[in-house]
Amino acid sequence: MHGMINRALQGFLTETYGPDVWAEVRTLADFRFEDFESMLQYDDDLTMACFKAATEVMHQSPTAVLEDLGTFLITHPPLDPLRRLLRFGGASFTEFVLSLDELADRGRMAMPDIEMPEITVTQEDTASFRLRARWKLPGIGPILLGSLRAMADDYGALAILSLDGVEDGAECLRIVVHDTHHAEGRNFVLAEASR
Amino acid sequence: MNVRADIPAPDLRLPSAVLDVMMPMHVSVDAQGRIRHAGPTIAKMLGGDPVGGDRAAGVSVVGQPLLDVFDLRRPAGIADFAGLMAQAGLRLSLAPRTAAHLPLRGVILPLPDRGGAILDLSLGLSFARAVADFSLTLPDFSPCDQIIELLYLHEANSSTARLSRHLSERLQAAHASAQHQARTDALTGLSNRRAMDDELEHLLTVRRDDFTLLHLDLDLFKTVNDTYGHAAGDAVLVEVGHILDQEMRRNDFPARVGGDEFLIVLRPRLETEVAGAIATRLIKRIEQPIRFENHICKISASIGIVSTKHYSKRPSIEQMMADVDAALYQAKNGGRGRFAIFDGGDRRVTTLPGDMGQKPET
Repeated sequence: MHGMINRALQGFLTETYGPDVWAEVRTLADFRFEDFESMLQYDDDLTMACFKAATEVMHQSPTAVLEDLGTFLITHPPLDPLRRLLRFGGASFTEFVLSLDELADRGRMAMPDIEMPEITVTQEDTASFRLRARWKLPGIGPILLGSLRAMADDYGALAILSLDGVEDGAECLRIVVHDTHHAEGRNFVLAEASR
Repeated sequence: MNVRADIPAPDLRLPSAVLDVMMPMHVSVDAQGRIRHAGPTIAKMLGGDPVGGDRAAGVSVVGQPLLDVFDLRRPAGIADFAGLMAQAGLRLSLAPRTAAHLPLRGVILPLPDRGGAILDLSLGLSFARAVADFSLTLPDFSPCDQIIELLYLHEANSSTARLSRHLSERLQAAHASAQHQARTDALTGLSNRRAMDDELEHLLTVRRDDFTLLHLDLDLFKTVNDTYGHAAGDAVLVEVGHILDQEMRRNDFPARVGGDEFLIVLRPRLETEVAGAIATRLIKRIEQPIRFENHICKISASIGIVSTKHYSKRPSIEQMMADVDAALYQAKNGGRGRFAIFDGGDRRVTTLPGDMGQKPET
C-alpha cells in the first residue's frame, strides 16, 4: 500500500487519539520504524496490522474508526491539498458525486502508483445515487461514507449517506441529495493560495 | 489549420447563449472589427484590472475596436483589422491591454455573409496566473475544457514535489547524522580512527599545506582500569577528551584512535619548540589527578611528534604514521610523561617536559 495512505492512517491516529496511542499501535503491530514515509511503498500486511492494532487499542468497531478516518481525510487542515484536489471534480456536490467514476484516474494523474478505489456511480433518480467501490483492502465503504459526508458539508449540500451492503466484492453506498445549496459551503477558487 | 469555406453541411446559427457556455472566452466582432459581444469569462477578464488593482467594474468593451482592447503579439506587424483577418484560422498570441502580463492564445474566423468574425481565446501557459488574478472558478470554463485538469495537475504536482522535497531533506539529515555517528567516538565525543584516516588522507593528498601530527598514548591507564574498574577508566578517557577539546585551535583535529591512544593534527604546522610546548602542556594537564567517585586516578601521557615539513616530498600516511609511532616509542622508552620529535632522517630528539631549553639528546 502506498506510503501516502499509510501516512494518512498514522496522521489520523496521532491527531485524533494522541502520540501515545500511535506508540502503542506501533508496539502492538510490531513496527521497527517510527513513521510511515509518504513517498515509499509498504506491504499491505503492515497497513492491516496497523489498522487492526488501532481498533484494539481504541476498543472501537472497525467501521466507526474507518468512518472517522474518512472524515479526517477531508477536514484535517494540513490535508487541505487533498480536499482541494477533490473539489476539482465538480462545481456542485451532485456534479462531484457523478465525477467519482473518474476518481481512480484522477488519483493516478496526481500520483501514478497510488492505489485508488475504483468507484462506479449509478444515478437512480435526480437526487439518488448508488456507489459501488472496490479497493485492495476491505473497508473502503465506511472510509468513503465519512469522507463523502464531509465533502457534502464542504459543498454546503444537504445529503443523506448510508452504507448499502456488499455486492460482488464491491462495498456499496447510497447517497440522497436533498438540497445542493443548503448551507454556505467552504470557499473554493481554482487558484491555489500562495504558500 | 486547414479552413474550408466550401463545406456543404448546413450552416449553424448559434445563439450567443450557446456560445457563452461552449466558448466562454469568445469575442464576436462586426465587419468593422468592433466588439459586438464577449463571452462571460473573457468579459470578466476585460471588465477591469486584475484583483488587487483599481477595479473599473462594469466597463463594457462592447462597441470598442478589437485591436484597442487586445494587444496582438504574434504574428507581429499587424496594423489593422483587415490585417488580422488575413490571419484567419492561424494561431494568434495576444494579451488584453488591461492585463499585459497574461498572454492568451487565440484563433479568429470570419462569419458568413459579411457577418463579422469570431475570436476564440484560451489561457495558454499563463493559466495559473490568470485563474488567480481573476478569481476564476469551475463554472467559468466549459465542462469540456481541460484547463481544469491542467490546474488540478499543476496543484497535485506541487503537492507531491513538496512531499518529495521533505523526504529528501529528512534522508539527508538522517544520512548526515549516521555519518557523524560513524565518525565519532561515542565515549569521548572526539572523532574516531575512521575520521582521522580520512582527515589525514585529505590533508596529505588534496591540501598542500604543512601540519604537525601528535600521537598521544596514556601512561598508567591500565593501572587505573585494573585498580578501580572500567568505569574509572572511562571517566579518565572522557576527561582526556575534554582536555584535548579545550586545548585545540579551530583547525586542529583530535581523535581517539584506540583504547588509550589519541592522534592530533595541529594545523597550520607549528615550529618544533611550539609543538614541544603544546605537548608539555597536554602532559601537565593530563597528569592532574582525576577524581572518580571516591578515588583519585593519576595518569600521564607520552607523545610522539612529526611534521610534514621534515620530509623532502609529501609523505604517505603510512610513512608519517610509522615515524610518529617511532617517536612515541622513543618517548615511552625514555620514561613516562615525555614527548619525542621526529625531525627527518635518523635524528630523533627527545625532550622532557619542562626541559625545553636543554640541548636535545640524539
